[in-house]
Amino acid sequence: METPLTKNIKPHREYVSLQEYEKTGGYQSIRKALGKIAPKEIQDRVKQSKLRGRGGAGFVTGLKWSFVPMGDAAPYPKYLVANADEMEPGTFKDRLLMEGDPHQLIDGMITAAYAIGANIGYIFIRWAYHLSQERLRQAIAEAYTVGYLGKNILNSGFDFDLHIHVSAGRYMCGEETGLLNAMESKRAMPRAKPPYPQTSGLWGKPTVVQNVETLCNVPHIVVNGYEWYRALSKTDDGGTKLYGASGRIKKPGIYELPMGTSAREIIEEHAGGMQDGFKLRGFMPGGASSPFMLPEHLDTPMDFENVSKVGSGLGTGTFIIVDDKTCPVGVAVNLQKFYAQESCGWCTPCRDGLPWLYNTLEAIENGRGRMSDINLLLQHCDLLTPGNTFCALAPGAVMALGSALKYFRDEFDEHVNKQTCPYGNSRHG
Amino acid sequence: MLSAEEKREIDKEIAIVPYKKSACLGALKIIQQNRGGWLSDDSLKDVAEYLEMSEYEVDSIASFYNMLHRHPVGKHVILICDGVSCYIMGYMSIMEYLQKKLGISEGETTSDGLFTLLTMPCQGLCDEAPSMIIGTERHTFLTPEKVDKILDDLRKAN
Repeated sequence: METPLTKNIKPHREYVSLQEYEKTGGYQSIRKALGKIAPKEIQDRVKQSKLRGRGGAGFVTGLKWSFVPMGDAAPYPKYLVANADEMEPGTFKDRLLMEGDPHQLIDGMITAAYAIGANIGYIFIRWAYHLSQERLRQAIAEAYTVGYLGKNILNSGFDFDLHIHVSAGRYMCGEETGLLNAMESKRAMPRAKPPYPQTSGLWGKPTVVQNVETLCNVPHIVVNGYEWYRALSKTDDGGTKLYGASGRIKKPGIYELPMGTSAREIIEEHAGGMQDGFKLRGFMPGGASSPFMLPEHLDTPMDFENVSKVGSGLGTGTFIIVDDKTCPVGVAVNLQKFYAQESCGWCTPCRDGLPWLYNTLEAIENGRGRMSDINLLLQHCDLLTPGNTFCALAPGAVMALGSALKYFRDEFDEHVNKQTCPYGNSRHG
Repeated sequence: MLSAEEKREIDKEIAIVPYKKSACLGALKIIQQNRGGWLSDDSLKDVAEYLEMSEYEVDSIASFYNMLHRHPVGKHVILICDGVSCYIMGYMSIMEYLQKKLGISEGETTSDGLFTLLTMPCQGLCDEAPSMIIGTERHTFLTPEKVDKILDDLRKAN
């Protein structure tokens, strides 16, 4: 089984230097592409590869790039931004890629920048990722020394400068237009779309924002071809996927597997199954904004289409495992506290609605709930939906809550009927 | 007044963006780091003046972000993860232990000015939960014994 993204990553994630990275085919992508393959052709190959964005939404990467204005008449400069904010609760895959093999991201960024004609790039990285920042700075310096970054890269006539922006911290920065506002040193509020960032993004210029894992796939597609890339997958979406799992399992971590690997294989084989004494209650397959899946869904192939079919979303592909001894109402309280806190405050349904949900849930958990509260929660799951809110934050928040109410309704009712948390873990810091 | 060193650092941030104003977040991070871990009204004024912005505009930015502090903090800011994976793995008992041991609640600073206790949702250390970050150091698989050692070491280093 091939693992192109993680093949260089060492057990204790020691730094992989430029020389080591090049030994395993690193930077062949830019040698092959820059000045030799037309940018539009690279876009087309990436589209053919069926690579879909790994940040959560799963938009077809090559298609996203095709909306960028090209040619001499295109606005200057154009920008490429790597979204390394990774603040989705339960998600830790991009950290592995940046700590473990930072040159791969730079390689991917140079190739992607060439494909869209961007001469300036930024890595928008979250504050908490100190080691990733350190390693990326070191790798960027090495890449400049040998001329992979800067002016006239490999005599191709293509220029690309790469900078790091360390986020001051806010979940909204993970939303691409919120991220662009943060990059411009504004409050990270979402922007209205259209215009889309591909035509008017950072400082009003054409911009592509792409997740770290997505960009790390690009060099492999260019070097090995899109047929090879598609063949890595078990299903119709191309490539491998960094799946992950955390919670009461034996081997929490990140596992690079063919796209479309079943949830059962991921949880039972790679994550080692549940810890002794714990049973699987359910899991959120792609971070906190993805609805719960149940043990009965374990045989679902974990790609974008198949996960949607069972009412959830692949999201970031990092599973949050909820066991039978963890209170599902408590999990819902924890999640809503997060969303209420991270709401940017721009639109009223989100700013006022989420704290209301949090307070209601908190009351239920602490034995002060009424049956009418549960109806109120259900009502909000239908109200805080796309079209009623400005961006996807509140809809993401109620997706997880809605699925918890659907699958674990008895537990909510029991909290209300008994006026206490049956699990006894009813305190929230 | 910004020091010459602070200006030099901020100039590096200005160099990588097309408009001076867009270096504001970078400048605030530099000033916070340099001036005891938080941003006073005077610090905001200094940044505003240098970047030719109003101090209210600078404050609107400073007050938005989780990692910019507008109140004094202790020498060591303890950021304990209250993300969902850490919740499942029992961060709340670690939080209670920390509060008892330090004699403070979330958002407070110890009277000796050594520790401030804050939460930071999901630190991307979910496979090693529960976790916390102090400075640039991350501490994972937390237990009360580990917390004791971490705090003792920081006290000794003081």
